[in-house]
Amino acid sequence: MSIVDTMPDTPWPLLRMRDIRKEFPGVRALDGVSLDVAPGSVHALMGENGAGKSTLMKVLSGVHPAGSFTGLVEIDGAPVAFGDVAAAEAAGIAIIHQELALVPQLSISENVLLGHEETRYGVIDWGATHARARDLLRRVGLDENPALPVSTLSIGAQQLVEIAKALAKRVRLLVLDEPTSALNETESDRLLELLLDLREQGVACVLISHKLGEVMRVSDEVTILRDGRTVETLTVERDAEGRPSVDEDRVIRGMVGRELDQRYPEGDGAIGPIRFEVSDWTVDHPTQAGRRMVDGVDLALRSGEVVGLAGLMGAGRTEFAMSLFGRSYGRYVRGALLRDGEDTRVDDVAHAIASGVAYVPEDRKSLGLVLDDDIRHNTTLAALGRISDRGVIDPGLETVEAQRMSERMRVRSHGANQTVRTLSGGNQQKVVLGKWMFTRPELLILDEPTRGIDVGAKYEIYLIVRRLAAEGACVLLISSELPEILGMCDRVYAMCEGRITGEVPGADADQETLMRLMTRTGEAT
Amino acid sequence: MNPPTTDHPRLRGMLQGRTRQYGMVIALVAIIILFQVLTGGLLLTPLNVTNLIMQNSYVLILAIGMMLVIITGHIDLSVGSVVAFTGAMSAIMLTSWGLPTIVVVPAALLLGALIGAWQGFWIAYVGVPAFIVTLAGMLVFRGATLAVLGGESIAPLPQSLRVIASGFLPGGSDGLHLPTLALGLAGAAVIVWIQWRSRARSRARDLPVTPAAATALGSVLVVAAIMAFTYVVADHNGLPLVGVLLIALIVGYAFVMRSTTMGRRVYAVGGSERAAALSGIRTKRTTFWVFVNMGVLSALAGLVFTARLNAATPGAGTMFELDAIAAAFIGGASAAGGVGSVLGAVIGALVMGVLNNGMSLIGLGVDWQQLIKGLVLLLAVAFDIYNKRRVGGAAPMLPGLRARPRGGPRQDAPARSSPENVATRSG
Repeated sequence: MSIVDTMPDTPWPLLRMRDIRKEFPGVRALDGVSLDVAPGSVHALMGENGAGKSTLMKVLSGVHPAGSFTGLVEIDGAPVAFGDVAAAEAAGIAIIHQELALVPQLSISENVLLGHEETRYGVIDWGATHARARDLLRRVGLDENPALPVSTLSIGAQQLVEIAKALAKRVRLLVLDEPTSALNETESDRLLELLLDLREQGVACVLISHKLGEVMRVSDEVTILRDGRTVETLTVERDAEGRPSVDEDRVIRGMVGRELDQRYPEGDGAIGPIRFEVSDWTVDHPTQAGRRMVDGVDLALRSGEVVGLAGLMGAGRTEFAMSLFGRSYGRYVRGALLRDGEDTRVDDVAHAIASGVAYVPEDRKSLGLVLDDDIRHNTTLAALGRISDRGVIDPGLETVEAQRMSERMRVRSHGANQTVRTLSGGNQQKVVLGKWMFTRPELLILDEPTRGIDVGAKYEIYLIVRRLAAEGACVLLISSELPEILGMCDRVYAMCEGRITGEVPGADADQETLMRLMTRTGEAT
Repeated sequence: MNPPTTDHPRLRGMLQGRTRQYGMVIALVAIIILFQVLTGGLLLTPLNVTNLIMQNSYVLILAIGMMLVIITGHIDLSVGSVVAFTGAMSAIMLTSWGLPTIVVVPAALLLGALIGAWQGFWIAYVGVPAFIVTLAGMLVFRGATLAVLGGESIAPLPQSLRVIASGFLPGGSDGLHLPTLALGLAGAAVIVWIQWRSRARSRARDLPVTPAAATALGSVLVVAAIMAFTYVVADHNGLPLVGVLLIALIVGYAFVMRSTTMGRRVYAVGGSERAAALSGIRTKRTTFWVFVNMGVLSALAGLVFTARLNAATPGAGTMFELDAIAAAFIGGASAAGGVGSVLGAVIGALVMGVLNNGMSLIGLGVDWQQLIKGLVLLLAVAFDIYNKRRVGGAAPMLPGLRARPRGGPRQDAPARSSPENVATRSG
């Protein structure tokens, strides 16, 4: 556990953190972390969920004020002690959280300069404010009318507004926590380009991300945390073709503490007959009449098979899945779900569950779980009939069943009565999976099941999915990560603009084929 | 009645999870002891205990319904006006229309259900915020009360109605009221039986259970509390009829909320309406019926209040909604929904009731009473929020509090995935 000081010849790093320790009651979140960030560099902070990345950034940005942790924080070689977020911002440190901190009803320029408006005698000078906002927006490459309310922008554009807002505070060190987790490929690329631009302008950046590919593309240095400690700092150099000098397996090894020889489990290859068929499934937008979101989707799903549904953000994958699951999205136009060749009733969620369909939503915190309730109640919520008799719940049976399911899903907790809010993201996702397994589904739809989950927990979730398929369930896996689709699926459908644009056997699929299908607008095949 | 417990650390965890409930019971006992001393023993005389039950019966009834509404994440400001309106209609049916009580009571409850359905429709199916719908209801039904009564009171009312609020269990006239004691004994026996049966069942399932001594201690406390209460009540006229009604409501609603799928759905809708909907729960229907239930309970409170007053007045029930809401929040409800219990609402209502009664007995004016009740409400909820943050690690509302060192063991610290436990992978 050596701390490799890889600073180049600069006398002072922009930021130097030494031996940071921070305890919460019962948990040592940080146990001697050190981090150096050079001026004008992109520094990636990697580690599994719970490794301490977010806590470290909260220490840096004043969310955890000086005195609530031990250790040294220096800016330009001078020790600092931030009492609150404003003090950190004054020193040029800004943090952009996963949950964006914008006021949706205010305009872009009002958000960008919120609290820093151009004023004359205490009265806002709107002309000057808009002009300054426009300059900042140009710097982040956002080409939108600054008078539009922020709520009309895509998540990617909102992220750019956040960055412009940070620039307005004359930021020198920008911390981005999982900035691309909600972005599609194009938006992600744009954001990463912007980080490189900002580096040229002398703004350093700490990037927290689970996406190894993008980290390798843009970072100059990578610091790996594990269990609240710094494992190592690697310097990334690129050759003429832009290939990084550090390979991804090296980083994964540092994060999990051992070799990860395989990222996806093998299927057993036993694929049965067609069990479910979707025919001509068509859905309109919930409020805009006549706007087709899902257009004549036909799918066939075999038992024991993991089928991928690949598509870019906005392709209509989630819309399709949610509408199939008891018309939870949009306005149903037409279409049927056939089980073993017979029409099945899926006109509301209760009927869909009764027909053997389960949907693990993309947004597990707000759609998958009752966060303030415990593991036990969350596990049984979608199948209360299994633990009750004539409407009366058997609490002992409920506890036993919930414990059994938690063990099967390998949920790490203090027991079935732990509140799910206090679990890590990976464990929360396992509780959601357990909840749906408890309904004994025959068709399991997984919508981005590993988003925001660390490498180790991802593998566990893949194992669970594989086991389900081996037990004879049909699995439909929706994912934006092509490697995940390629690694997990026996067959892949590609989707674009609400239509199925192609079907590829898993063995023949590669990133290029899928990407071509996923971007095939216009005529469907 | 408690879910199965547990070895030592888990027992501690459970106790912490219920700090709020135990805290409320302790606060209630402390307030009772305080006023028992301040009033020189007047508070717990048989006559005053009977009065306490009768004075607070309608607030207790409303608090139960309000707790359900708040658990689903809504609020009902109209209950005071609905109490007045259903009371007024009952009085009109009894006097002007000459209907017998046996017809009027169900008719009034049906009227309450219709009012609840009206408000529930706007809230659940149209999506108008409950605050607005019931604020409108507060005005509408107060106005309707004034209209049907023509601004006058209706009094007196037939004895057959008044007995609801002023009658006692029949039997026994000299000395202790034996049927009350028998009822208390039977109730205590049932609770002890349930405690031990639930323990045996957990054991049969191989779940951890409390040590026999702890369960026995619990049983002794329950029997002692029930028998002490029944003895005091039996020393006066016995259990009031409205007391029987309250016990039936408390037991019934506690059972539904705690042990049935129906209750579980209500909690889920309040905890996360969207997650509940995607779990197959018909959330709109659930919300609708919670408001219908509130309407029925408001009508019941209206009947009891009218019977007790022996009059229907245009101003009846003013501010009742605030008493019910205060009781629910003192009893541990969360404004965000999904949290609370029927017993909590009962304890909250009793805290308010004992405060009212005790302060009146020692001669504090209404001015001071209101001031103190307001502060109790604020402090109870502030304590709850502080406590939750300390124990549960929910998002802080006051960043300043967060910086304080937080002592005490924490049962549900964030779990961390440690790489050693990651699944072994197969070939």
